[in-house]
Amino acid sequence: MSAAPLAHSGLLVRRSILRVARQPANIAFAFAFPLLLLAVNAGGLDAATALPGFPSGSYLTFALAVPFIQGGLFAALTSGQGLGQDIESGFLKRLALTPLTRSSLLAGQLAGSLALGTFQAAVFLAVGLSASAGFAAGIAGVPVLLALSIVITLGFSSVGALVALRTGSGEAVQGMFPLFFVFLFLSSMAMPRDLIQHDWFRTIATYNPVSYLLEAIRSLLISGWDAEALALGFGCAAGIAVLGVTGAALSLRTRMVRT
Amino acid sequence: MSGDSHGTTGGGIEAERLVRVFSGGLRAVDGIDLAVAPGEIYGFLGPNGAGKSTTVLMLTTLLPPTAGSARVGGFDIAREGPKVREVIGAALQEAALDPLLSGRDHMRLQGGLHGLGRRERERRGDELLARVGLAEAADRKVGAYSGGMKRRLDLALALVHRPRILFLDEPTTGLDIQSRTALWEEVVRLAREDGVTVFLTTQYLEEADQLADRLGIIDHGRMVAEGTPAELKAEIGRSAIEAVPAHPSDLPRLAAVLERFGEPTAASPKGAAVRFGDGDDLAAVVRALDAEGIRVATLTVHEPTLDDVFLAKTGRKLEGAGDEPAAEPSAEAPAAELAVEGAGGRR
Repeated sequence: MSAAPLAHSGLLVRRSILRVARQPANIAFAFAFPLLLLAVNAGGLDAATALPGFPSGSYLTFALAVPFIQGGLFAALTSGQGLGQDIESGFLKRLALTPLTRSSLLAGQLAGSLALGTFQAAVFLAVGLSASAGFAAGIAGVPVLLALSIVITLGFSSVGALVALRTGSGEAVQGMFPLFFVFLFLSSMAMPRDLIQHDWFRTIATYNPVSYLLEAIRSLLISGWDAEALALGFGCAAGIAVLGVTGAALSLRTRMVRT
Repeated sequence: MSGDSHGTTGGGIEAERLVRVFSGGLRAVDGIDLAVAPGEIYGFLGPNGAGKSTTVLMLTTLLPPTAGSARVGGFDIAREGPKVREVIGAALQEAALDPLLSGRDHMRLQGGLHGLGRRERERRGDELLARVGLAEAADRKVGAYSGGMKRRLDLALALVHRPRILFLDEPTTGLDIQSRTALWEEVVRLAREDGVTVFLTTQYLEEADQLADRLGIIDHGRMVAEGTPAELKAEIGRSAIEAVPAHPSDLPRLAAVLERFGEPTAASPKGAAVRFGDGDDLAAVVRALDAEGIRVATLTVHEPTLDDVFLAKTGRKLEGAGDEPAAEPSAEAPAAELAVEGAGGRR
């Protein structure tokens, strides 16, 4: 990308950050909800650590992976909704009348979401560590965890952008929220896959890519460096991102028409 | 197309047989020809759904034409879209603004996307915000702006990169009279002082009459008339006289008297109207009504209006005229209302 498209993306990132910063209720929701759920789960499900084969002695450490996924979801929904509203209000037409390229628009949109996602990840990690969660990978694992969070947020955000561009509606993006949570709850969110008793649940969780995202984060928190878990986590996140970005780019061609 | 032959290249607009057909076969724009000279304010008047906005979207490169061709600022809209966009500014039908950003944020974003450096962006933003009267509100979120303020910001945004041609799609719809007047003044200033070509769509007759150097009247995707407002009204030529009888039962007799003086034309439900024939005058009408002993409640003379032009060209009244806010005087109908109660009263 040459200088002008990069500068254009930078302007859109700035806009995204301003939009988020000026909606305090959204910020509170994006940070408070995952941390509240973490506190409730860590307090209520700590007895699960006594199960034979449970990978950690601290349910807080085990559950700390979940806010990173939820943070990615909130970032994706925020940016997807914004894009949908831009289409509905005609703001996208305003942008189409400037020299802004489609790729810069998409990059700016996604980068704004990543900025929020990264900030969320840093806060969740800081809160988790200050609450005595473990971090087996040590200091070198921090950038890896943040990188993984970024790729996960990119994947989710690109799906949010795809839905916004396909439907042209911010409300449609908001409607994805329950669907995302179904994926989250039907994963290894609350229990390691090999400890899930019901076959159907374990099968769904095994085919659910969200399980591998969680397990990659958990590997850094619980076991240190697990190449297979990290490869699967990064691979699933990157796969979602490739599909989402490709779909969003194709949809943008029909949504942002100009000669 | 030969742009030079019309003398409209550079800062002008030309279109030849421009067509846009939507899926389902709707011909929203059906073979429009246009020639707008540099520095001219061209009014594009028509009712809702006439094809005004579709034409603007094509001319601003946001919608490819199905057939025909057009050049804007000397560039072909179908083949040279990026160059067209460099020379135009546009405020489309709805002021598409981000309610969470301030006016200044919008100016920075728009300036940056048009390639202005940081300092130039700030300077130009301040200059334009002051020009449209938003300097004090520059740091307020746009969500708190009134409709008029949003429209003015929209105009300022369209001017950030100093365009030679400005498209305004129904810029005053929904605005109060003060906001409307302020926007008109700015549009006139842009054309007269800065030499900007203005292509303005409207459904308001008053706006077209007051602002446009020349007008195109569009209906069902076709151009039905074109010329200066004075030329178009001169085509109609004659005034219309409308009378309302004091006693409703006199209406048929009153209509019969009026018909001696010209062709019947549209009137209010309680009255009758005719367009004057050559040589007729108001005094003769009053004498005739008096002679028949018809008591008249109101007697009104209408100078030809653009609505009359529209009626003459299409056989119906312009829809949007009825949408004008009731509190505002309708300058497009400069009626010489005469207090002639009792004219023709019984002796």
